Amino acid sequence: MKPRQQRMILIAGVLIGVVVAVGFGFRAFQENLSYYFVPSDVTAGKAPTGRSFRLGGMVVNDSLQREPGSLTIDFTVTDFANTVPVRYTGVLPDLFKEGKGVVVRGQVGADGRFVAQEVIAKHDENYMPPGVKDTLAKPRQAENK
Amino acid sequence: MIPEIGQFALVLALCLALVQATLPLVGAWRGRPEWMALARPTAAGQFVFVAIAFGILEYAFLTDDFSVEFVAQHSNSALPAFYKFTAAWGGHEGSMLFWITVLAIWTMAVAAFSRSQPEEFVSRVLGVLGIVSAGILAFALLTSNPFLRLLPAVADGNDLNPLLQDPGMIIHPPMLYLGYVGMSVPFAFAVAALLTGRLDKNWAKWTRPWTVAAWVLLTCGITLGSWWSYYELGWGGWWFWDPVENSSFMPWLMATALLHSLAVTERRGIFKSWTVLLAIGAFSLSLLGTFLTRSGVLISVHAFASDPTRGLFILGILGLFCGGALLLYAFRARHLEAEGGFKLMSRESFLMANNILFVIATASVLLGTLGPLIITALGLGTISVGVPWFNIMFLLSMLPLVVLLGVGMHTAWKQMLAGPLLRRLRWPAAIAVVVGVAAPLLAYGATSALTIVAVAAGVWVCASALLDPVRKLVLRTGAPLTRGHLGMCLAHFGVGVFILGATMASAFKLETDVSAKPGDTVKAGGYEFLFRGVHRVQGPNFVADEGEFELRRDGKLVTVLTPQKRVYRVQQNPMTEAAIDTRPTRDVFLALGEPLGNDAWSLRIQVKPMMNFLWFGSAFMALGGILAITDRRYRQLRQKQTAHAEVVGTA
Repeated sequence: MKPRQQRMILIAGVLIGVVVAVGFGFRAFQENLSYYFVPSDVTAGKAPTGRSFRLGGMVVNDSLQREPGSLTIDFTVTDFANTVPVRYTGVLPDLFKEGKGVVVRGQVGADGRFVAQEVIAKHDENYMPPGVKDTLAKPRQAENK
Repeated sequence: MIPEIGQFALVLALCLALVQATLPLVGAWRGRPEWMALARPTAAGQFVFVAIAFGILEYAFLTDDFSVEFVAQHSNSALPAFYKFTAAWGGHEGSMLFWITVLAIWTMAVAAFSRSQPEEFVSRVLGVLGIVSAGILAFALLTSNPFLRLLPAVADGNDLNPLLQDPGMIIHPPMLYLGYVGMSVPFAFAVAALLTGRLDKNWAKWTRPWTVAAWVLLTCGITLGSWWSYYELGWGGWWFWDPVENSSFMPWLMATALLHSLAVTERRGIFKSWTVLLAIGAFSLSLLGTFLTRSGVLISVHAFASDPTRGLFILGILGLFCGGALLLYAFRARHLEAEGGFKLMSRESFLMANNILFVIATASVLLGTLGPLIITALGLGTISVGVPWFNIMFLLSMLPLVVLLGVGMHTAWKQMLAGPLLRRLRWPAAIAVVVGVAAPLLAYGATSALTIVAVAAGVWVCASALLDPVRKLVLRTGAPLTRGHLGMCLAHFGVGVFILGATMASAFKLETDVSAKPGDTVKAGGYEFLFRGVHRVQGPNFVADEGEFELRRDGKLVTVLTPQKRVYRVQQNPMTEAAIDTRPTRDVFLALGEPLGNDAWSLRIQVKPMMNFLWFGSAFMALGGILAITDRRYRQLRQKQTAHAEVVGTA
């Protein structure tokens, strides 16, 4: 083979590889996107049904309910405008607490209850999930006017 | 008064950095030796003042000076002295000062070990490092001053985040920062080469040990972080594709590509522009990581406190450094001429494939990390990319990479015939296929296509990496082994070991959350966990509920596991201390969840086969790097430089 041909093969190989990788990448990217919503979005019907998404908000005080000895826990998540009931089975993260911010990943079931596969609490205890601050800020702005 | 001295020292350091960033560069351009001669003294002076500032911050921590806001926020009088010391880099402001200190150390090292290099070149390198330093110092002084006073002072501090009160936290951040910031050295070398318009094999020979050193430290830092999150976060996972993890991993990927590209430039004098681009890329990604973790743009489990002005400032610095370097590249890259060619079947081709695949891997991680941020910024909704995406994308680029790696190691430079190459590699290939199919089946009675491929790939890399050392050390044939070559073999062997660990630990792991009462026996993964009870334990600054579990296998006691649930007195946050029993073939991980009522506790049980292969694999990679730095050709360079210094001394 001439050097020129070799270089062409090399370049062609690289190009094909890059195109395939980019193609795969974008397809997988779209399939694995997970949307993030706050309770008001869920109440307004913006969140998908039958598809996993993430829900962020604050855990409502005194909303924790657990059958003694059971791993399953029920609680309510709020963005100070609307609330969504959540159920989770498993070990909760250390910083999960009533009145603190939380992000849960899962699906909304037929009964309107959010069934979480994963519960994430921030390292920072003053954390407020994104979007919640906005709804929290809105009424205050109204007051200022 | 003393904290003000610290701040004053930082201001002086900034002044010196500004001198270092300008005069030596102008001197090198205009050919003025007296201006170039300023480079080393200013670097040394800067180091002294930065060290003073850092020492004063440590002093404030150790003496509980809660009139300093940063100390008040991150320390407490009851905190063990050990953790008071490490708390200095446990928050944003202090870690920025730490960043600066590390940069000053690197700059000093470059100034000290570069006496054999042309003065003009060293002035440029130190000048570029001075620009970087000035930018970061200005950032620290203007937006994140660790010496800000809190008036009136508080009686006691807010305590260090309990998660950071761990021995792993003492070495993880320094290692990571040394590696992260160390990327500024190849960056400075690259920019200096662009400024001179000259980039030869000697340049690559000089840049390489620095890059390897930074890479080794980055490897250690990332591994320690992963280890820390494995045993300290209480989740039992070791990699989450969290944006903060990604932001340290992207520079690592780029630096790995750079190492390999530098090898080609050193040996053959080609891939020059590519090497320069990778050096710029690695440092830019380090800065991007700094930006991502400190600007508050991330929805991450562990980002620093957020402040938009800080983010904007770092983004400005990033744009300036990266944009400036790329602009320079656009004007000067055509001066970087290749000194030779190569055939398709040659080591150069394989290293080129390595580079391309590493860049693809970096790009995928970058897309997964930044994509959601961009979409959010455009107001198209808040989204995130799932872990499966990262796994798929990463495998897609890394599998071909490791397959090619086994071949590439044994390919000659310039050109090699396929025949001898295949003859040499038939044994490793045969072993890889047999072990890949048989090992998972024999050991765990199950397998999948991906597991076969991954185990075979791991064994393939290990076997291929051992080929040369075995031929030399056991069969006493073949070319003599240099430390550089041995280092490469060891690092690649580490890659293989890592792949085996990651594959087995992911494919055959057992993870379960259960509820149990004292007296219960839980069966999981071939083990029995006898729950003996929970009792109170007092720590220096925490109280803990400690569970006691007998770990049994076939009725025989293996060990007693004592996981804890701690509550730290000041911050009152619970924290899980998992108990892990490590054996060569598996880890048993047990974490105490929370009380569920009726005496029951939630437990997280995990059994992960070959988990410590992950840590050993990474350690081999780092050791391989260290071995390569001690290669004779770099020592010779140093000897040359001492001889040179003596000549100068006597003259």
